[in-house]
Amino acid sequence: MQKEAPIREPLILGNKSYHDITVDVAKPVEGKANKLWWIVFGISCVMFLWWLLSVGYTVGKGIGVWGLNKTVGWAWDITNFVWWVGIGHAGTLISAVLLLFRQKWRLSINRSAEAMTIFAVIQAAMFPGIHMGRPWLAYFVFPIPNEFGSLWVNFNSPLLWDVFAISTYFSVSLVFWYVGLIPDFAMIRDRVNEKIWPMRKKVYSILSFGWSGRAKDWQRFEEVSLVLAGLATPLVFSVHSIVSFDFATSVIPGWHTTIFPPYFVAGAVFSGFAMVQTLLLIMRKVVGLEAYITIKHVEYMNIVIMLTGNLVGIAYLTELFMAWYSGVEFEQYAFLNRATGPYWWAYWSMMTCNVISPQLMWFKKLRTNIVFTFILALFVNIGMWFERFVIIVTSLHRDYLPSSWSMFSPTFVDIGIFVGSIGFFFVLFLLYSRTFPVIAQAELKTIVKSSSEQYKK
Amino acid sequence: MTKAKKYWKGLAELANDPAIESLKENEFTEKLPVDEFLGDDEKLANSNTSRRDFLKFLGFSTAAATLAACETPVNRSIPYVVKPEEITPGVANWYASTYYDGNDFSNVLVKTREGRPIFIKRNDLASSTPNSRVIASVLSLYDSNRLQGPMKNGAPTDWATADAEIIKMLKSTQGEVVVLTNSIISPSTQDVIDGFAKKYKAKHVQYDAISYSGMLEANKASFGVRALPTYHLDKADVIVSFGADFLNSWLNVDFERQYAANRKPESGKMSRHFQIESNLSLSGSNADVRILAKPSEQKTLIENLYNTLKGNTTADKRIAKLVDELEKSKGRSLVIADSNDAKVQIMVNAINNMLGNYGTTLDIQNPFYLKKGNDAEVASLIDDMNAGKIGALIVCGANPAYTLPNASAFENGLKKVPLTVSTALSMDETSNMMTYVCPDRHNLESWGDAHVFHGTVGLMQPTIQPLFDSRQMQDSFLAWTERSENYYALMQSFWSGKMSWSRAIHDGLFTYDLAKPAISSFKATVNNIAVNSSDLELALYQSTAMGDGVQSNNPWLQELPDPITRACWDNYLTVSVATAQQLGLSNWSVSNGGLNGDKVNLTVGEHTLQNVPVLIQPGQAIGTLGLAYGYGRTHAGKAGNNIGVNAFGLGFDNSFSNISITKVEGEHEFASVQLHHTMMGRDMVKEASLADFIKDPKAGNPDVTFATHVGDMLARDITIYKQFDHESSHFWNLSIDLTSCIGCGACVVACHSENNVPVVGKDEIRKSRDMHWLRIDRYYSSEMTEEVAEEQDLGAVAKYKAMEVPSANPEIAFQPVMCQHCNQAPCENVCPVAATSHSAEGQNHMAYNRCVGTRYCANNCPYKVRRFNWFQYSDNDQFDYNMNDDLGKMVLNPDVVVRSRGVMEKCSMCIQMIQKTKLDAKKAGNKVADEDAQTACSIACPTNAMVFGDVNDKTHAIGELKKNQRQYYLLEEINTEPSVFYQTKIRNKKA
Repeated sequence: MQKEAPIREPLILGNKSYHDITVDVAKPVEGKANKLWWIVFGISCVMFLWWLLSVGYTVGKGIGVWGLNKTVGWAWDITNFVWWVGIGHAGTLISAVLLLFRQKWRLSINRSAEAMTIFAVIQAAMFPGIHMGRPWLAYFVFPIPNEFGSLWVNFNSPLLWDVFAISTYFSVSLVFWYVGLIPDFAMIRDRVNEKIWPMRKKVYSILSFGWSGRAKDWQRFEEVSLVLAGLATPLVFSVHSIVSFDFATSVIPGWHTTIFPPYFVAGAVFSGFAMVQTLLLIMRKVVGLEAYITIKHVEYMNIVIMLTGNLVGIAYLTELFMAWYSGVEFEQYAFLNRATGPYWWAYWSMMTCNVISPQLMWFKKLRTNIVFTFILALFVNIGMWFERFVIIVTSLHRDYLPSSWSMFSPTFVDIGIFVGSIGFFFVLFLLYSRTFPVIAQAELKTIVKSSSEQYKK
Repeated sequence: MTKAKKYWKGLAELANDPAIESLKENEFTEKLPVDEFLGDDEKLANSNTSRRDFLKFLGFSTAAATLAACETPVNRSIPYVVKPEEITPGVANWYASTYYDGNDFSNVLVKTREGRPIFIKRNDLASSTPNSRVIASVLSLYDSNRLQGPMKNGAPTDWATADAEIIKMLKSTQGEVVVLTNSIISPSTQDVIDGFAKKYKAKHVQYDAISYSGMLEANKASFGVRALPTYHLDKADVIVSFGADFLNSWLNVDFERQYAANRKPESGKMSRHFQIESNLSLSGSNADVRILAKPSEQKTLIENLYNTLKGNTTADKRIAKLVDELEKSKGRSLVIADSNDAKVQIMVNAINNMLGNYGTTLDIQNPFYLKKGNDAEVASLIDDMNAGKIGALIVCGANPAYTLPNASAFENGLKKVPLTVSTALSMDETSNMMTYVCPDRHNLESWGDAHVFHGTVGLMQPTIQPLFDSRQMQDSFLAWTERSENYYALMQSFWSGKMSWSRAIHDGLFTYDLAKPAISSFKATVNNIAVNSSDLELALYQSTAMGDGVQSNNPWLQELPDPITRACWDNYLTVSVATAQQLGLSNWSVSNGGLNGDKVNLTVGEHTLQNVPVLIQPGQAIGTLGLAYGYGRTHAGKAGNNIGVNAFGLGFDNSFSNISITKVEGEHEFASVQLHHTMMGRDMVKEASLADFIKDPKAGNPDVTFATHVGDMLARDITIYKQFDHESSHFWNLSIDLTSCIGCGACVVACHSENNVPVVGKDEIRKSRDMHWLRIDRYYSSEMTEEVAEEQDLGAVAKYKAMEVPSANPEIAFQPVMCQHCNQAPCENVCPVAATSHSAEGQNHMAYNRCVGTRYCANNCPYKVRRFNWFQYSDNDQFDYNMNDDLGKMVLNPDVVVRSRGVMEKCSMCIQMIQKTKLDAKKAGNKVADEDAQTACSIACPTNAMVFGDVNDKTHAIGELKKNQRQYYLLEEINTEPSVFYQTKIRNKKA
């Protein structure tokens, strides 16, 4: 039983008893989907269909159906990849790092943030696969013994490091998320009336791994959670550092930058929190979780956004300074070209969305305003997408030899795959919100007596 | 010896019962009642299939279907029954031959594999080198648009019928019989045509699509001989060209080698090259001094030059320096002009005569016979045709319906000629209108000879069995003359006694004593030139890729970027920036980088060309327009039809009056491989003036250093990587001399041909997806430099903006760029599957079947030389070029794999050629000899700007070149340690 300073604001509003929490969390799973859910789900499915068609067309015809060329060999594909991986980071940060730091406000949001991580990493992992010229040989990138037929891989390549980073990240995140879900699945299992829904009972029984709620179960649960949190924490920093090596280890001006690993991690947390905001602000309304995801939670996350936004802003300025200070004309031109070249609009969109707009969070009035937060989160999502676009496309399109300078323009397939991946993500997230306990209720109940409004009185 | 035990199946067998013997013969002891069952329909209908039967049938049919599916597809290939002695599969045979298509000429060596010609290179015994069009001609051989046999009125016929009908009509015709050919450079062919002419009292008219009639007439007037002199550019210290693009197309013979020979900075002396022109030509872009002048002004300047040299007047200030230098190098100079006006050419002759150039740089004693066309005769022929005086017209090697300015008059006249015969290889614009088409053979299928240089005859020999039911033009004439011998025998007897046949056919050429023509001393009267200048003038030119358009159906040439504009699959009106502004015309880039431009209607006199795209060209003289020949064909074939506009309709000479252009609606989409034209203050091409170079050989090529904790260090000495051992084996390097490189593009086509580089078409090129393994970057100088920016105190943004704009009359630099074969290659590090890796011999390898296509290597390549297979470029109807065509695929080099979609490809340093050299040496037990190892580009380079070899071979020139003071690496500051290096460009500039 923990104690909390009475001056801290409550994290659970209203006079919620344990049972109230159980009912609130189980409601979306047990109840029927409303009209809004079906509409959003329908739209997402259509977008997902577009994704399927676009990917099928790409695999069928060749990468030529995208807008890439001899100069710009990566554009939206890797932009999307980095964007989705970055989004994933918030989930791990919230559940692992904040767990180690004993930040109890994470309890209301960690489940959905982790779900978002899993689904975002799924989207991200698609891109390295489909961006290959011969995706049917994608297994060549795995270090399978030579007897299998594919040869040994090149451990010097950051793309190979990506393979390890992403697969490790995905598996650890998945296990961590699932372990947390077990007591909650058990809660739903116990509430299901077997006579009415025998199938549902069975499924949740399997999913909850025979959880009995004994003290031993709880003890193991806590231990595993802590161990996994310890494992996941370095991943928060390693994954995006490794993704940034794709660029940092290259020779291309604008890519070849030692600042990239911390800069990318900060950017990832920044974009991840923005996406968590986007999702949770909708969800708390739709599913009615205002009592659990309070304005205080929103404010905390906004502070993280402001902090990481400023880190990213410092990184942007450092890059500019280093380009000037290095005296390397290629570097200088690369950054000048970002700001004033043909893609100036992308650079300034990025600057506006990522550096200027989060400054508004200094005002408490604004950072505790739901509508404002939602709009700003969208801004950050857009800005971070542009950041990756700026890094990838504007560096490539004008590198060393002006004779090869060119431009990039997306085709409908590029757009289809990007928009479709958002659709795919929402299909997964919406299905999750109807079948999974969206709040880690078992853990949340541990702070009812310390941090809920009722006990703060 | 033990006997195998034998078991009897019964006593009857032991007793050798004959019944048993007969039963053994049959598989079944009793006859199966098959007929009884299957023959009786009723019984069959009544029988039912049990479940077991069904399963049996199912099993059988599944197994049968599986077995049938396992059968390998049948490839109809015919193996040799008896292996020809000279063909060993996998080993190439080389034949010496000669190329001539009516426009271009060259002595060549042809590489054949298993009886197929696949590559053309220079014949070192000859003085001519093949240009890009000649090298590409090997693909034209496999043009599926070629005729498969004789045609009559567009329908196939057979030779006997065609011959009988033609002879009958020739004999019975009332009108004159005329043979219209291109310039006949073959003496034996001339003999055949003369024999024909004698029999039918026929007239032989020779016709050049790009006419040099004016020059020929001028020489006739000047020296009494209707021929061109032999030029010796290597002996000229001052070369003055008035519009003549001698490095590209002027006279269609190679001047490149001669030109480069006298431009070696190491010798301390380089020729001075003045180019006075309106279009930016290849020659102009290599000139030391380039003077912009309208075509009419060029004539005025020639006149001014003549009068100045005579002492009648003072020099125009534009050419004052030039006159000065010409006078100082009398006998070592050369003045040439491209005008087709005899008066101008007489004046040029007079100038050369005054400068004492005849006998030194110009040799009229040993004439040059490539061009023989006579415009006047062609004009009178058309008049006669329209007057109904012509009874039969036989057209050989010419395409007048396409190349004549008054093509419609020709077409109308043709309708009044009772017998029309063409010997074209395909249904081109002319043969399409002829009654009989008796297809000639391609150069590579033909016998022939070519007397181009006085006393030197090139021999042409077939390198492949004729692909189609075609017949050599000469044999057709022999048939129509009703002579029984064939041309091959006739040619042999024609030259018998003048040479040894086997020696000559081996060498591809021979020389013999031929009496010098009777040449008088300069005797022409020089008249004033009538100059009609106008505000807008037009100069037509031959583009590097297309020439006169004979090979417009050759996709390699269509996709060869113009060395100057870097656009392909097009012709366009070039205008200067100032003129474009004045007329409200512009070019702009769209979001994918593609170049778009305005379109105009061009009116010249009564001719109008509709929808001509406009390309804004730096270095174009103000108030002038340029337009390339060779495009706008309607019957060239699937690759060449309806590309660009036909400039031939406008005329031969460049003195056009009444030119007007009006902007029309719509925009044109160009396919340009280079969208950015200046070096942006970077030093990819390092250059210096000759004077500076003599003072300091490192001029323009300062060491690239970095400040380190131990003081300044050379960039090439700083590395964190382990070095490869390049001492103990070969270390292949390629040196590219930017002083000698003239940007002609021969290497690009040779690379295409050797390495099975796919053709991707205009749309893909437009999307910056060209597949060239080797490209020639072209940079214009800009008025804005780092120094100017500092002087004017400009900010970086304004500076770079200004740097993007080329000068109005820029200096031009060409730089061939292929894979640099870095020894610390950025691409090798980043490939996740190690598909690209390093060789012990200094090459960067690419394993296609290992590549998964992440394109990371291409992104990380600072030289952007890697090319990705965005689509399947072979066997794909979307890319309907030679690789989608059974015939066209015969040109593929069997030593080089055809890449599939999704893999990266790039220059391999012609590893297949190196490997062959090494294996040959190993088999023979020798060391690899210097000159044996070559790459396609180094072979093709007419100026020897590219030198390839093993640095560890101390006897090879490459070792010295690597230590040369002019040597530098491209982007040395990133220290990729390339195996390809460059030599600085030295211009003979004077302050």
